[in-house]
Amino acid sequence: MDPKTYKFDTLSLHAGYQPGKNAGSRQVPIYQTTSYMFDDVDHAAALFNLERGGHIYSRMSNPTVQVLEERVCALEGGTAALATASGMSAIFLTIMTLCNAGDHMVVSSQLYGGTVNLFRLTLPKFGIKTTFVKPRDTEGFKKAIKPNTKGIFGELVGNPGNELMNMPEVSKIAKEAGIPLIIDSTYQTPYLCRPFEHGADLVVHSLTKWMSGNGSSMAGILVEGGTFDWMQNDKFPSMTEPYEGYHGLSFAEEFGPTAFTMMARAEGMRDMGPCLAPQNAWNILHGLETLSLRMEKHCSNALKMVEYLSNHESVAWVSHASAPGHPDKELAEKILPKGTGSMIAFGIKGGKEAGAAFINNVKLASHLANVGDARTLVIHPASATHSQMDEATLKFAGLSHDMIRLSVGLEDFEDIVNDFEDGFRAAKKPRLVANK
Amino acid sequence: MKFKVRGIDTFASTGGRPFDKNKPLIIFVHGSGLSHMVWVLQTRYFAFRGYSVLAVDLPGHGLSSGESLKTIEEMGNWVGDVIGAVGCKEASLVGHSQGCLVTMECVAQHPEKIKTLTLMGGASAIPMNPELLKLAEESNPKAVDLMMDFAHGPAGHFGGHPVPGLYHLNVGSMIVQNKEIKDTLGVDFRACDNYKNGPEVAKKLDLPTLSILGAQDRMCRLKDGKILADYIKGSEVKIIEDCGHMMLLEEADQTLEILKKFIAEHYPLPS
Ligand SMILES: Cc1ncc(COP(=O)(O)O)c(C=O)c1O
Repeated sequence: MDPKTYKFDTLSLHAGYQPGKNAGSRQVPIYQTTSYMFDDVDHAAALFNLERGGHIYSRMSNPTVQVLEERVCALEGGTAALATASGMSAIFLTIMTLCNAGDHMVVSSQLYGGTVNLFRLTLPKFGIKTTFVKPRDTEGFKKAIKPNTKGIFGELVGNPGNELMNMPEVSKIAKEAGIPLIIDSTYQTPYLCRPFEHGADLVVHSLTKWMSGNGSSMAGILVEGGTFDWMQNDKFPSMTEPYEGYHGLSFAEEFGPTAFTMMARAEGMRDMGPCLAPQNAWNILHGLETLSLRMEKHCSNALKMVEYLSNHESVAWVSHASAPGHPDKELAEKILPKGTGSMIAFGIKGGKEAGAAFINNVKLASHLANVGDARTLVIHPASATHSQMDEATLKFAGLSHDMIRLSVGLEDFEDIVNDFEDGFRAAKKPRLVANK
Repeated sequence: MKFKVRGIDTFASTGGRPFDKNKPLIIFVHGSGLSHMVWVLQTRYFAFRGYSVLAVDLPGHGLSSGESLKTIEEMGNWVGDVIGAVGCKEASLVGHSQGCLVTMECVAQHPEKIKTLTLMGGASAIPMNPELLKLAEESNPKAVDLMMDFAHGPAGHFGGHPVPGLYHLNVGSMIVQNKEIKDTLGVDFRACDNYKNGPEVAKKLDLPTLSILGAQDRMCRLKDGKILADYIKGSEVKIIEDCGHMMLLEEADQTLEILKKFIAEHYPLPS
């Protein structure tokens, strides 16, 4: 006897939506709407007081966005989700729901540059301080925890150095300390890894990337695993004590496994308002329909790419968790059995100049500040995404001047290789190119 | 709120209002392996409309201490004791699934204390599939997956929760999985399987009773729910179309509307 609940590929097409409740429309309709009729004053009061479910105003929730939230939630195996205008707003909302002024976070040092800036520069303005720990330094996460630490945050596979954080072990450290583990799973998508199965309590995504794959829309999401007991200690008073904004509601008591998301919506979306546009939610839903198919091809193209680059005379080194000799290969095989994603970093012989020449001479691969598009993307982090960082921070984030970051797309592999050959040819004579 | 029942720390959600023993009391009793959290889309409404609400966690469940009670009869008796423990004399009861058996037993044992009874997804007996029972008693998480599969109707399997962003299959699953499965779900399933007094108890009930049934319920089938309602003198029956066993989450609004009308008519606020 096996449960007949729908599986991953089915959920990516159907979860969160019932045509029967939407005029029979097979595709999810775009509710390009801001506000929703109340039946009567009693109904209005009940909705405002979280006594019943439903929509009030699209800053808090919208019927199209709701489908996206439930769909991602189902794919991650979570209890609740909240979509936001971008990945950054999902991270900001998560931290602002978790922390008060005077609190502290322990954070992996290998993160998307924007996230580093948020923790290093912006959150201190709100009195929230951070200790950064290198992703492989599992014990370091433990040592960095202080009495006022409210969570551990990291990307499973650090950007752009491809170092793995030992999520199962770090989750044990978080559990021991009675704080949640938050994973930015943008690079994995639930197709490659479902962090709740490895001890994470909250997951955030930039949906702008692989989840949509079409490079059309900004979006982010917070997903709750329903695993964390907010009442186990007195570290989270805003979750456990009566909340003035809702007549003394205790989110943890009333909503249990969905308490964090309920709070993030009721307080964060109400007061900060980074709501996702319905059209963008729909664009992301469209991409999600083919998530498995795309991720499979992203990963197989990436494997071929690692092999090609590893054997290339112009390449000094290749970093991808599947590459022979990668220090985290074993861990990757355990928690990322379907593939380690399509982000590759490699060092080009000839350093910074050669790197610039390569980038300037590829034509098919797009030079831009994004990852996870269906198209192949390249960038030179030291001069672009991470350019706001000083030398020391750059080094701490695991970056070098010869590094090229590559997000492998779904094009025919031969075409990508031909394009790269042009880039490498130019990189061998950077001065000529520079003078052209 | 926390209070003592038979000397043991007991938790009940009061629906977000301070408990007031002078207001009419409604007690909500959850199903197998679950907790007060399944009732949030019914309890808050009544708590903010002049009633005192207790969505109890049975012993050993949710935030209540102690060990799970082993029989439906003991659970029914315990619910009766809750009323006195909070300083009240009487209450209306609302039960879901196993909670229907428990609340019926409570009425049978404490008829003078109970004013109305609402049964959601009920049947006069809830025999367990032996394989499911075994998995639950072994704390195998597959028991929870099977339970969530059976408990949700075809529409419920797609999601579409009334509260934006909640995926209710996983909400129910996490409520059960956050406890040791064999100590809550395992004990509860065994208690349901052993309970045989349903028809006799139902035939003796003599109070306003409402049955809310899901047309697509695969846990306690519609026909079994109707048989139970037929045993109960004058029982009202409301059927929710396109809904499984978890009507309190799957069709939370319809469930609340039906309950509101019944309570307003049979257990009104003092004027
Ligand atoms: C891992 C990761 N997290 C978060 C973000 C931020 O997401 P967004 O650009 O959607 O705000 C990015 C963007 O590149 C990212 O790569």
